[in-house]
Amino acid sequence: MESIPIEHGLILAGILFALGLIGVLTRRNIVFVLMSLEIMLNASGLAFIVAAARWGHAEGQVMFLMILTLAAAEVAVGLGLIIQMFRKYQTVDINVLSEMKG
Amino acid sequence: MTTLFYLAGAIAVISTFAVIVQTNIVHALLYLILSLLSVAVVFYVLGAPFAAVLEAIVYAGAIMVLFLFVIMMLNLGQHTREQERGWLAARVFIAPAIMAALLLGQLLSVIGQVSHDVEITRVGVLEVSGLLFGPYVLAVELASILLLAGLVAAYHLAKK
Repeated sequence: MESIPIEHGLILAGILFALGLIGVLTRRNIVFVLMSLEIMLNASGLAFIVAAARWGHAEGQVMFLMILTLAAAEVAVGLGLIIQMFRKYQTVDINVLSEMKG
Repeated sequence: MTTLFYLAGAIAVISTFAVIVQTNIVHALLYLILSLLSVAVVFYVLGAPFAAVLEAIVYAGAIMVLFLFVIMMLNLGQHTREQERGWLAARVFIAPAIMAALLLGQLLSVIGQVSHDVEITRVGVLEVSGLLFGPYVLAVELASILLLAGLVAAYHLAKK
């Protein structure tokens, strides 16, 4: 097996996280916002795997499994909310959900 | 193996960028699947084959199918593409891109202080499951309760 500089893996995770953040901040379609959240969660999982490779331990992979479970539960609830929102407003624009602003 | 790492990383970054600038939602989903699969390749190269397989099955498989079902149920049609084009003006990207670039710059400056070449050692299913059903068994139980709560919540929320 060849060696890989560990900071390159962390930089990849950072770039993916920043791209997901841009997606969350710019998109107005709520399905795209949820997809960008998935990208961000996946990037944090990648950081855990890189840390696991750094120390040669399995704990990082265990934490990745926890993130995977969290992402699955979050997506199920989020998509349920999207369906409910679409029934009520017939749109996926998140700007219609600004009723609670002060 | 090293070239595979950089190749998969480049594909992941490019396809993730394609996701956030895409107007067609199904194309964006396909790009996201490509991104997740290339991240799975990165996991494999980093010596985590179990995580790579789970990434392909659970993320690129199950979660993306869930997205696809919801897109199918919403049945948005052609007019949403024009709507998306109107929403996605270039000026919308300026402020978030600056903020994300600042965050990334901070991250890179912190990461740049670390420099460590690792010999990749393969950590297989045996070690991970030994931990999962040994010291982390409580976390596994909590994860199952979280999934149950997600199931109940999704059922209740998506019900008419």
